[in-house]
Amino acid sequence: MLAHPDPAGFLPLDQLPELLSLLMRQGYQCLGPAPEHGAIVMRPLQTSSDLARGLQAEQAPGHYRLTHDSDNRYFAWAHGPQAIKPHTFAPQESVWQVDRDLAGVLQFRPVMPEPPLQALIGVRACDLAALALQDAHFLREGRRDPQYAQRRERLFLVAVQCAVPAATCFCASTGDGPTPTAGYDLALAELAEGFVTVAGSEKGAAVLRALNLSPATAGQIETARQQGEQAAAVQTRSLPGQNLRDALMSRLEHPRWDEVAARCLACGNCTAVCPTCFCHAETDVPALDGDSSRHERNWDSCFGESHGYLHGFNVRSDIRSRYRQWLTHKLATWHDQFGRGGCVGCGRCIAWCPVGIDLTEEVAALTASEVKP
Amino acid sequence: MNRPVMLDAGAPHTATVVSRTQESPTIFTLQLRFDDAALQAAYRFAPGQFNMLYLYGVGEVPISIMSDPEERGVIGHTIRAQGRVTQGLAALQPGDRVGLRGPFGRGWPLQDADGHDVVLVTGGLGCAPVVSVIHYVLRRREHFGRLIIIQGVKHAEDLIWREQYDQWATLPDTQVLVAANEGAAFWPWHVGRVTELFELASFDPNRAVAMMCGPEGMMHVAAKSLLARGLPESHLYLSMERNMQCAVGRCGHCQFGGAFVCRDGPVFNWGEVKALLAHKGF
Repeated sequence: MLAHPDPAGFLPLDQLPELLSLLMRQGYQCLGPAPEHGAIVMRPLQTSSDLARGLQAEQAPGHYRLTHDSDNRYFAWAHGPQAIKPHTFAPQESVWQVDRDLAGVLQFRPVMPEPPLQALIGVRACDLAALALQDAHFLREGRRDPQYAQRRERLFLVAVQCAVPAATCFCASTGDGPTPTAGYDLALAELAEGFVTVAGSEKGAAVLRALNLSPATAGQIETARQQGEQAAAVQTRSLPGQNLRDALMSRLEHPRWDEVAARCLACGNCTAVCPTCFCHAETDVPALDGDSSRHERNWDSCFGESHGYLHGFNVRSDIRSRYRQWLTHKLATWHDQFGRGGCVGCGRCIAWCPVGIDLTEEVAALTASEVKP
Repeated sequence: MNRPVMLDAGAPHTATVVSRTQESPTIFTLQLRFDDAALQAAYRFAPGQFNMLYLYGVGEVPISIMSDPEERGVIGHTIRAQGRVTQGLAALQPGDRVGLRGPFGRGWPLQDADGHDVVLVTGGLGCAPVVSVIHYVLRRREHFGRLIIIQGVKHAEDLIWREQYDQWATLPDTQVLVAANEGAAFWPWHVGRVTELFELASFDPNRAVAMMCGPEGMMHVAAKSLLARGLPESHLYLSMERNMQCAVGRCGHCQFGGAFVCRDGPVFNWGEVKALLAHKGF
């Protein structure tokens, strides 16, 4: 892990509650992993005993099941369906409102969220990489999204090294995990008897100092490092490179697009769980009394009917073009926009696809053959 | 290319419909003015840019600005009644209020066109984002060479601004070529595809800048023809259309490859988009 100038501390298991109560005393609402409807979700924590423990998340194409972790660890699950995205880019929110008086005069005013200070416990390296991409989009120089910025500024991120990746994970191949290297306030590596803890920001360093931990030993730091290496080594999925721009853009008429389109339901699950997808629809919600209307934005998907709508026709009327739009944006044209690919290797799109379409398998099939002229 | 100061990208500002003109059975023009006089006085746009028009309780649509950039009193939008918002906008009358924000996007490369022949190729309502170029050129006539205005429509009755085309045709160093796929009684122009008129256009390909706006199929044929005549690719521009909801490159709908059409366009150089335009579905 990227060490702050402050040395790594060691947080014994029985002192985990102190981290949470310290954050709460600083005014943070703590959100952490909890099992809900059979999946790990981020829920408000009252005490550290609310933290899910002893769970693993078994994942495969179209498959997600919580199972028992025999070591009874806190963070042996890889991840749930959502990353940090809902806590910065809200799935649904009003961005402005308009009032109309009897004379028909319109008064517009922006609507700003009032989020609490939030500490997210247990974010993963892939989640942090995705957050950096969302930041690049929503906090672009000269065009900051005010609602996103408001939430983002109030986050305290406690990252956790992934020790037990899911079968769908391929963060090692995208270069984004499994060990967090940047973007966190605090990062933990869970060992049998406690957590190697490092700070990644001034805010995090202040919390670390307040915890007054004894330094992590060289042996503990080495165990954490090996744990990260092992978690990378066990990943079986991968992408055939970190820049697939030319490989995909030279295969826009490949027959594989038809083949995957025949299986794809265009349900948009992949875009809903993708931690980097940023599309959103803007709609108006008029009040029943007719005196006002809210302008809302909702997460949208390039798999939907309306995404490509253009005065009376749809530029992407078939599923083939929608799947191709999604994959080429994520892995190819994202490079033009943000200087890297838009996939962080979390594999959520694979697990949460109801028909189990595997992005890594599609990319392999698309890029296996030579380009036909 | 011009990038005038943009109003904020958040909530719209209130504007009043100053006048409404029915241009064809489905096409109408709204002249709008911000209720805030200071805002109206400060508003500047470049030909080729667009505004977001908001219909109360229904939503927003991107509409290119058709008025003369030198006209400070009103901002003109020519619109086809097509979807929920535009059909509602069609029902507005002078005095009604709308929301307005803009201008957005990158306009036509008018500085680069200085000293060149200007070739304008439009189809259908594609004439609207280009008509401000005509105004711009006619106001600075000595800065430009020949002005070639080529416009195609499906049906003769779709041609709006007929008197203006007639008038432009009488101007020196100006050529107007209009075609309708289906003609009508007393239709004075060509009947057939607009692309059949390209060879009649008289300009110097080595000293010309071409700007196109219309159906992508038409622009493809036009580009091929213009490039074949020797127009350098770097002098060929087009205005693109995609679904736009935020207008500031955030909502994602208008992405065309890596470009956000609302922010990086809508005007592009042909070389920037030709590869992807060859594929349907982007």
